[in-house]
Amino acid sequence: MAEKKILTKDFGAPGLAHLAGYEQTGGYQAYQKALKELQPDALVEMVKKSGLRGRGGAGFGTGQKWSFLPKGVYPRYLVINADESEPGCFKDRYLLEASPHQVVEGLLIAAFAIGCNLAFIYIRGEYLPQHEALEWALAEARQAGYIGKNVLGSGFDVDVILHRGAGAYICGEETALLTSLEGYRGEPRLKPPFPAIKGLYGKPTVVNNVETVATLPHIVSNGPDWFATIGTETGKGTRLWCMSGHVNRPGNYEMEMGAPIRELIYDLGGGVWKNRKLKAFQPGGASMMVLLPQHLDVGLDFDAIQKAGSLAGAGAMVVMDETTCMVDMCRRYVEFFHHESCGKCTPCREGTFWMTNVLTRIEEGEGKAGDADLLLEMGNNIDGRSFCPLGDASTWFPRSCIKYFRDEFEQHVTEHACPFRKERVMVA
Amino acid sequence: MSLSQATVEKIQDYARRYPSAQSAILPALWAVQHEVGYVTSDGMREVAQHLGLPASLVEATSSFYSMYLTRPEGRHDAVMCVNVACALRGAEELFAYCEQRLGIRDGQTTSDGAITLRSTIECLGACGGAPMMQIDHRFEEDLTPERVNAIFERLRTEPAPSPEPPRPAAVPPTPTPAAKAAPKRPAGGSRPREKKADT
Repeated sequence: MAEKKILTKDFGAPGLAHLAGYEQTGGYQAYQKALKELQPDALVEMVKKSGLRGRGGAGFGTGQKWSFLPKGVYPRYLVINADESEPGCFKDRYLLEASPHQVVEGLLIAAFAIGCNLAFIYIRGEYLPQHEALEWALAEARQAGYIGKNVLGSGFDVDVILHRGAGAYICGEETALLTSLEGYRGEPRLKPPFPAIKGLYGKPTVVNNVETVATLPHIVSNGPDWFATIGTETGKGTRLWCMSGHVNRPGNYEMEMGAPIRELIYDLGGGVWKNRKLKAFQPGGASMMVLLPQHLDVGLDFDAIQKAGSLAGAGAMVVMDETTCMVDMCRRYVEFFHHESCGKCTPCREGTFWMTNVLTRIEEGEGKAGDADLLLEMGNNIDGRSFCPLGDASTWFPRSCIKYFRDEFEQHVTEHACPFRKERVMVA
Repeated sequence: MSLSQATVEKIQDYARRYPSAQSAILPALWAVQHEVGYVTSDGMREVAQHLGLPASLVEATSSFYSMYLTRPEGRHDAVMCVNVACALRGAEELFAYCEQRLGIRDGQTTSDGAITLRSTIECLGACGGAPMMQIDHRFEEDLTPERVNAIFERLRTEPAPSPEPPRPAAVPPTPTPAAKAAPKRPAGGSRPREKKADT
């Protein structure tokens, strides 16, 4: 089966990163249609009807999120989350680089729909080329009159600020992102109140992912009924899957919701590299639970992956072959979460530290009997007791690995060494 | 230390653009780093002064973010991701090779001041092109020892990158569709590529 291309269908068209090239593919037609033919409320209804769910991780209904904004409270803000930092994910980077105007058009449609006159794009500091692409796109859109006062005579005023982060994974969490955008340390806030009620500067705010808004022009152009015919009952449209690891053809693939994981890894990705066997794969990103070859026929969609015991998250697919040491993978991920923990709450700050220590000692051959259970106990104490999802999610991958690969943890302990690390050179 | 007039104007412009001057801290710190190369307490104090904020607030914010450098570094930054997706494709071994090749350890700068080498557990968003590095925040993907050699060779003589990326002019050029066109390398690792010979 091939990819199902909606967002990426024109990728590779000449000059797509610039206004002229983008307009040649029908770009900004949807925005003009929205301004001229549709009322904001009708747009919100349209997106609700399409069944579009957010592509940033939680999979919340986009139209539903918009409709939580309290009536009559202004100003209200739209913030596009381009702080893509989840290990394993590189779809927003691709969308921003190849077709920045598609993202800008989606943003403008969303801003019009929710009655926002000042929108922000929060882009991670490491994405410099993507920042430049957006800066150009915004300047071109401004010059073409798509951004500014009284856009195309519609009476709609809109401005966009491109805001560069400076290296903090936690700022991808929506409340931390807003705190960071206000100029503070990027620490998360308590929910409720949700951003829709009290967000940026205490005003009603919608935070949408890059891929989510990039889908909007297509829904406006082709209608919500068309969109709702694609995908599954509860997962509509397509998604970009960022495939990496031990696969022959890594990269981004846009697939219809519900297509089996097998097609992504084998048909599009060319299967496991070096003629090795598939050991495990991890959808969603660093936070998500590992799955096994027995899950290859699970559909690529929110609910099916959740039923299989993992989460679709932000659309990663990390493939691991039979030579992979799961303890080492756990150690790396948990070390990452420890590094990125903002320090606000104890379970996450201390818990990720101790989990890293225990995982490191197991991997280094100094593990103790009962360490796997100790990790489970720590995980159970962090999950559900952390202030924000970062702490909770730091435990999901290791706990799922202990569930499926407990032997491997125990082998490390009894053999006093990593059975997979032969002539690998370690760098501290 | 005193910031240039151009940087000060930029900071004041940021302060006007946002609904709250405090939101201008991050962009203002970027402006300082672009001019000076790193952000010192003096730089933070100046930012605070121009934004009308307490210096302690600017320092509190600044110290949270890992991309603001606190001391001078090499002309070029070479950062290699060693998180899971990259590690699966040999990033750690390749990083050891980089250290050996340059004769420095993680976080150090070559004696000629050309390159600061770093590994990071923070994913840089190029998992499909692993192993990868960011050289001065630009992506280099599908790295091999040979490609690493060529990159280091180039950096040895290349001047520091322009601190500011080229800004769009007031009137952006309208490229003919075929000309300037798409990004040079349409998201190398983030785009499905032809099957490579497996080794």
